[in-house]
Amino acid sequence: MSHHKEEIRIGVYICHCGHNIAGTVDVTGIAEYASRLPNVVISKDYKYMCSDPGQVLIGQDIAEHKLNRIVVSSCSPLLHEKTFRDALVKGGLNPFFLQMVNIRENVSWVHTDTDDANLKARDLVRAAVHRVAYQKELTKKKVPVNPDVLIVGGGIAGISAALTMADAGKKVFLVEKEPTIGGHMALFDKTFPTLDCAACILTPKMSSVKKHPNITLWSYSEVSEVSGFVGNYKVKVTRKPRYVIEELCVGCYACVDECIFKEGKFPDEFNLGMSKRKPVYLPFPQATPLVAVIDDKTCIHFKTGKCQQSCAKACDRNAIDFNQQPEVKEIEVGTVILTTGFKAFDARRLPYYGYGKFPNVFTSLEVERMVNASGPTEGHVVLKDGSKPKSVGIVHCVGSRDEKTNKWCSRVCCMYSLKLAHLIKEHTGAEVYNFYIDMRTPGKGYEEFYDKLLREDVHFIRGRVAEVSDWATTSDEEGKLIMRVEDTMVGMVRRIPVDMVVLSVGLEPRDDAQDIRKLFNISCSTEGFFLEKHPKLAPVDTFTDGVFIAGAAQGPRDIPDSVAQAGAAAAQALALIDSGHVELEPNTAYITDTLCSGCKSCLNICPYKAIAFDDEKRKSVINEALCKGCGTCVASCPSGAIRQNLFEDEEIFSEIRGLFVESI
Amino acid sequence: MANESKPKIKMAVYWGAACGGCCVSVLDVHESLFAVIDAADLVFWPIALDTKYADVEAMEDASIDLCLFNGAVRNSENEHMAHVLRKKSKILVAYGSCAHMGGIPGLANFSDRESLMRRVYDESESTENPDKIRPQHHYEVKEGTLEIPVFYNDVMSLGQITDVDYYIPGCPPQTERLVEVFMAIVTGQPLPPKGSVIGVSGLAQCDECTRKKSDQRSVKQIFRPWEIEDDGETCFMDQGVICMGPATIGGCGVRCVKGNAPCRGCYGPMPEVRDMGAKLISTIGTMIDLEKEEEIEKVIEQIEDPAGTFYRFSLPAAKIRRKLS
Repeated sequence: MSHHKEEIRIGVYICHCGHNIAGTVDVTGIAEYASRLPNVVISKDYKYMCSDPGQVLIGQDIAEHKLNRIVVSSCSPLLHEKTFRDALVKGGLNPFFLQMVNIRENVSWVHTDTDDANLKARDLVRAAVHRVAYQKELTKKKVPVNPDVLIVGGGIAGISAALTMADAGKKVFLVEKEPTIGGHMALFDKTFPTLDCAACILTPKMSSVKKHPNITLWSYSEVSEVSGFVGNYKVKVTRKPRYVIEELCVGCYACVDECIFKEGKFPDEFNLGMSKRKPVYLPFPQATPLVAVIDDKTCIHFKTGKCQQSCAKACDRNAIDFNQQPEVKEIEVGTVILTTGFKAFDARRLPYYGYGKFPNVFTSLEVERMVNASGPTEGHVVLKDGSKPKSVGIVHCVGSRDEKTNKWCSRVCCMYSLKLAHLIKEHTGAEVYNFYIDMRTPGKGYEEFYDKLLREDVHFIRGRVAEVSDWATTSDEEGKLIMRVEDTMVGMVRRIPVDMVVLSVGLEPRDDAQDIRKLFNISCSTEGFFLEKHPKLAPVDTFTDGVFIAGAAQGPRDIPDSVAQAGAAAAQALALIDSGHVELEPNTAYITDTLCSGCKSCLNICPYKAIAFDDEKRKSVINEALCKGCGTCVASCPSGAIRQNLFEDEEIFSEIRGLFVESI
Repeated sequence: MANESKPKIKMAVYWGAACGGCCVSVLDVHESLFAVIDAADLVFWPIALDTKYADVEAMEDASIDLCLFNGAVRNSENEHMAHVLRKKSKILVAYGSCAHMGGIPGLANFSDRESLMRRVYDESESTENPDKIRPQHHYEVKEGTLEIPVFYNDVMSLGQITDVDYYIPGCPPQTERLVEVFMAIVTGQPLPPKGSVIGVSGLAQCDECTRKKSDQRSVKQIFRPWEIEDDGETCFMDQGVICMGPATIGGCGVRCVKGNAPCRGCYGPMPEVRDMGAKLISTIGTMIDLEKEEEIEKVIEQIEDPAGTFYRFSLPAAKIRRKLS
């Protein structure tokens, strides 16, 4: 090939992979065939190319035969591209002078006809020989990693990750949307299966976060903008005005006590609307930070401007500031952990369970608040009229394992339903019925907890509840909620009259999951949870380097799993930080300035926001560190000004020609 | 011959499968024609001179200094003259879109010889041909054998038939570019490497185009030019009108867009591009701001005559060469 500056000297290696390849493909025949292809200096077959002797063989041949291009015909590059690239480096060659041919997954494992398999293997090897001649010398770029980390979401996963990172000496920015951290766990009374008090184990962690010198906690704040790339993210965080100066407030409640509203009047978010709060409030006594917040949608001052501002007068620290404005903080971090959690299924979506229609149909979270001593009923499980229920039915799988709503199992509902059954029994002595499809209790001590409940005189009925109604057909059913269910154990339809129904709602992606996904440039699975890089081998990584996920934002999971995942995400972030730098694959796109007409076609096509426009030069510019080498812009560039390393036109077209034309 | 001291160059202009527009563009040099005639002897130019093919065939090889060959190669006559002129010319220039890339006649490659003949001699609304008479290559009459050229199945560019020195693109080429190239040859300036496309800017049309381009194209519907109220300022692509400008090399002075019509691509692709139609098709993806696949498909359906839009001038030279029957 006269257009190459240097003489091209190719070495071709055909791997047997034991019998994996050699059992179907004529490896010696292919090696012999390849030796006759243009520029091929040496062609060999070997039992295991990935073994040490196999790699050494490449190095020896490079020295002995002055090879400058290598084709290894073996398995998928996903498995061993790195191995062979390293072998090239050891042999003194640039690693990107390697081309792999996958004659295992693409040939021997998928073809039974030996003749056809051999033909295909020959074609693929020939294509690679033609391609590799055009491959260029490339170098990986190193970029330093900023050691600071951003954690989004202050539930138990975010708290755990933050403390791990901070204890390891890293500076952590923890951003929480609500006025307090704690997440869903802060709503719970007891946790399964040990029945230890949620607050007792959570609140010390919350205050550790607040006190930790390495953690900057921004509650009532949201991430509004993200740019940059792995190791070097630039993030804007918008701090919503809480009209109380955080540094001055000590959470003494004086402002709340002196508010012009003498009683709470507005639904208290923390108690899911089951109690009332004032416009100035603290979410709960252990809220972190323990700082009051003024709700500008209900506060008289903001609505009419005619309030006497008794709260401000009551504050002897002058912490109240009605003129507070949203404040944007700009930070730079190297890694991000997203722990934004879940949303509970809205039981109104299943009207046949009567939630919102019958006052004594509750969701599981509402009952969690009721059994909690600091909840709206101060720990009493009561009906709307204040009386104790004598019978309670708990419906499992509400909004889970259901074609009509969500197909997935929410993983936590069986266990928390058992916990609630136990607590309701304990608090009220009522007859408790659990209506379940399958009892799913995989977890340490979980099955034992179920076993304990079975011996606690709680009723278990296997069947999906069809309907909750108040339509009594007998005098026993009068004034009760009647649960109609097919009891699949006895094979009959039953009507169970109860005083109270608890709907064990499932876990869903949050409404803003898509916004967060776009902000951080990660993917969601079809159901809307954040998508991990690999379900088994990279469960907390995402396809965006340096962005990790943990907790129920990635899929339904309980506290122990969320904490474990948070630890895993923290470890991955720490590994990245402590490596000091990231190596960027050189398969990036690049723009030839002299060919770019500034048509701006590429600007909005880049899924990684790696392309910007230089207004002065009137040309597009690719940020190599952001580019993932997807090739979208390369294809879309109408002037052929964008090209891609490792996927140059000459490489691709030569490979195609090699594939189809036998005699070149 | 007033100026004997300065030898004139010999020049030929020929048309293959062409509309005549390229020859007119040569005439469009207007008063510069005198400068041309001063510097060159026109030895062959069917549109203006009565030189016969036999006269050309009788010329000495390489006796013509510059030949502008316009038009595509559609039949045996075009091909024969392409070979003859190659032999007789020192510099053979593929002049205009048809010689460069196959041009408008090249769109016939979406069809084939038989279906073209059927349409013209059997089916067209104005045809009455009960005896199904078709043109014959040879026809015996009492005076002897009459011959007409063989009509080929494919339209080809000049470069696909013979060795071409330079390409001057355009439908027709911008006359100023011709004068520049001509004067360069006459004054003996160093010429670009053989095979170059000359008389072009080196950047796509957008470089010269003054219309405002947005950073985020957000087209939800594709329009034909007459369907929009063009403000004369916004990039056609931003307005949902397909403009070949981003895929077309400059040189014409963005003439169409200056006349408020989207570029049609006659100047051909950028040097690195193998298939300008495919390139612009890929670029359509950057215009559309829709998420759902069905919606996107609906918009794509709105592109009228995609073959004629994306490959108006370049089909014979493109990676796709014909319709699969």
